[in-house]
Amino acid sequence: MVPGPQRCPPKGLSHLCEESETGGGPQISLHTPQILPCHRARAALRLTSQQNPPSCLEVLFFGFGWLFFMRKLFKDYEVRQYVVQVVFSVTFAFSCTMFELIIFEILGVLNSSSRYFHWKLNLCVILLVLVFMVPFYIGYFIVSNIRLLHRQRLLFACVVWLTFMYFFWKLGDPFPILSPKHGILSIEQLISRVGVIGVTLMALLSGFGAVNCPYTYMSYFLRNVTDADILALERRLLQTIDMIISKKKRMAMAHRTMFQRGEVHNKPTGFWGMIKSVTTSASGSENLSLIQQEVDALEELSRQLFLETADLHATKERIEYSKTFQGKYFNFLGYFFSIYCVWKIFMATINIVFDRVGKTDPVTRGIEITVNYLGIQFDVKFWSQHISFILVGIIIVTSIRGLLITLTKFFYAISSSKSSNVIVLLLAQIMGMYFVSSVLLIRMSMPPEYRTIITEVLGELQFNFYHRWFDVIFLVSALSSILFLYLAHKQAPEKHMAL
Amino acid sequence: TATIKYKSVGKSSLVHLLCQNQVLGNPSWTVGCSVDVRIHDYKEGTPEEKTYYIELWDVGGSVGSASSVKSTRAVFYNSVNGIILVHDLTNKKSSQNLCRWSLEALNRDVAPTGVLVTNGDYDREQFADNQIPLLVIGTKLDQIPETKRNEVLTRTAFLAEDFNAEEINLDCTNPRYLAAGSSNAVKLSRFFDKVIEKRYLSRDGNQIPGFSDRKRFGGGTLKSLHYD
Repeated sequence: MVPGPQRCPPKGLSHLCEESETGGGPQISLHTPQILPCHRARAALRLTSQQNPPSCLEVLFFGFGWLFFMRKLFKDYEVRQYVVQVVFSVTFAFSCTMFELIIFEILGVLNSSSRYFHWKLNLCVILLVLVFMVPFYIGYFIVSNIRLLHRQRLLFACVVWLTFMYFFWKLGDPFPILSPKHGILSIEQLISRVGVIGVTLMALLSGFGAVNCPYTYMSYFLRNVTDADILALERRLLQTIDMIISKKKRMAMAHRTMFQRGEVHNKPTGFWGMIKSVTTSASGSENLSLIQQEVDALEELSRQLFLETADLHATKERIEYSKTFQGKYFNFLGYFFSIYCVWKIFMATINIVFDRVGKTDPVTRGIEITVNYLGIQFDVKFWSQHISFILVGIIIVTSIRGLLITLTKFFYAISSSKSSNVIVLLLAQIMGMYFVSSVLLIRMSMPPEYRTIITEVLGELQFNFYHRWFDVIFLVSALSSILFLYLAHKQAPEKHMAL
Repeated sequence: TATIKYKSVGKSSLVHLLCQNQVLGNPSWTVGCSVDVRIHDYKEGTPEEKTYYIELWDVGGSVGSASSVKSTRAVFYNSVNGIILVHDLTNKKSSQNLCRWSLEALNRDVAPTGVLVTNGDYDREQFADNQIPLLVIGTKLDQIPETKRNEVLTRTAFLAEDFNAEEINLDCTNPRYLAAGSSNAVKLSRFFDKVIEKRYLSRDGNQIPGFSDRKRFGGGTLKSLHYD
C-alpha cells in the first residue's frame, strides 16, 4: 500500500478521485448519471466505511472491553452497577482507538486531515473520561460504601473529585513539562499531567517485569523441593491445628461450666465485688485469657504454615513443568530475556549519565546499518513502513496484553465483593493513563514521517523530559526489584532449614 | 445499596455464631483453615443424651484457586464426617460453585484437575451414594429485599434438594435465627446428630459403651466449606 493520498476507487469511478484530492474526505459526486446505481451504491458503502473505520472499530473495542470485564474480571461477582462496566469498556475502547489511529497513520488509511480530526476528537474524549468521569465515579462509589455519608452521596463525591483535581493540578509544578505560553484550560495541561502519571506507571511495571520475567522463566532459580519436605510441612500444619482444637475444647468447656454455674453474668461491682473477684472467679477468666493468647499465636503460626505449604506445592509444580518441552522453551526464553533486561538497564544508565536522547528510531537506524554496513540495497521507504508497522504493532499488542493480565492478577488479589466497584474503576483509570502515555512514548519508535501527527495532536510537550523520566523510574524500579527478589530468594531456603 | 458489613460469604461469622453463640465483631480474610469447637448435646432431651465436641474446620479460599492452593487444601479434607456448604444469598455465582466445592471435598482422592465440573449438570448419583451428611447454609438473608425473597428461597430449596441435604437460610449477624426451639436450630441439631451417628455408631454397628454421665466427650470433625 502506498502511503499518502487516498487510494483511488476502481476504474468506473475514477473521476471521483479528483474530487477527493481537493481536501476533506472523498465525496460521492451525484452529477454523474451515467454510472450504474449498483456501482454508486458499492462506492458509497466503500467510501463511508473508509470514512469511518474508527467508529466501527470503536464499537468492536467497546464489545471486547465489555466481554473482558464480564468474563475475566468480574467472573466471581455479580454486576450490580452496570455503570461501572460501561465506564470500564468506554475507557478501554477509546484507549485502543488511539493505537488504532497510530496504525492507520503508518498504513496510510484515511485522509490526513480526517485522521487529525479523529485524533483530536479521541484525545478530547479520553481526557474527559480520565479526568472528569472516572474520578467522579470512584469518589461516588467510595462514598456510597461509607455508611455515614450515604445520604449526601453526590455532594461528597463532588468534594472528593475537587480534591483529586487539586492534587492533579499541583502535580504539574515540580516537573518542567510545559512552556509558559499555554493557557490554563488547554489540552496540553491535562495531557502533560496524565502523561507524567502514566509514564511513571509504565516505567514501574516495565522495570519490575523486566526483572521478574527471567526470574520466573529460568529454572536456575527454582528451589529444590521434595515430597518429603511437603509431607513434613503438612504434618506440622495438622499438628498445629490439633493443638488449637484441644485448647479451644478446653475453653469451650470452661465457658459452658461458667455459664451453667451462672458466673458469666457476674461482673464485679462495688467494693465487695472487687474483693470477691480477686479471690474466686479471677482464676477462671485469667486462665481463659491466657489460653486465648496461646490460641491466637497458634492460629498465626497455622496461617504461616499454610502459606508455606502452598508455596512448596507451587514450586513443585513449577519444577515438574520445567521438565516438559514447554518448560524448556520458557527456560531458554528466560536466558534471552535476562540479556535483554541487562541491556535495557545499561542503556537507561547511559542515557541518564550522558544526558543523551535518541534522535533516530530503531527502524530507521536498523535500515541505515543494513544499507551502510551490510551493503544490502532495498527500497527504504517501502520497508520502513512495513517494519515500523510490525514493530509498533507488536509493542502495542504486548503492552495491552501485559497490562490486562497484570490488572486481572491485581484485581483478584485485592478485591472483595464490597470494594470491587471502586477497584475496577481505579484499574480503568490506570489503564487509560497507561495507554495515553504509551502513545507519548511510542512516538520515539516511529520514523519521523509518522511522528509528526502525534507531535501535532499532543501539542508542544517536552517529549524528551518524558523519556528521561521513564529511564529514571525504570532504573529505580529494576534495581529495587532485583534487590527485593534477591532478598526473597535468600530468605526462603533458610525457612526450610529451620524445619 | 445496603452496606455490606462482611467480606465474601461470611463463613467465619457463621462458624463463630455456631460455636460461641455470639456475633463476630471484626471478620477478616481467612487464610488457610481456621478451626472452632462447638459443644453439642447429642439427642438432647432423651435419656441417651450425651455431650460431644464438634470441630468446625473453616476452609478458606476460592474454588478457582491455583492448583497449588487446592493441593494444600486437600490436606484438610481427611477424615471428614460432615460437610456444611455455605453460600451467599445475594450472590448467585456463589451457589453455582457449591457443586464444585462438594466435589473437591468428596473426591479428595482424585487430583483436583481430574474432577469433571459442569455447571449445573452434575451427576445426581454421586450425591445419592454419598454417606457424608451435607448441610447447605445461605447467608446474608437480611440483605435480600422482601420482594425478592420468595424467588431466592425457592432457588436455594432446589439447590439443597439436589444435594440431598437440609437447608438453612440466615443472617450471621443476628443470633435469633438460631435461637433455641426455632426450626433452624432443630435442623442444625438434627444435622449434628447425623454426623455423630455416622462417626461413632453406624459404621461398625456397635454402640460406644453408653455413659449417661454428661462429661463423656467424643469428637467428630466437620468441615465447613464455602465459596467466596
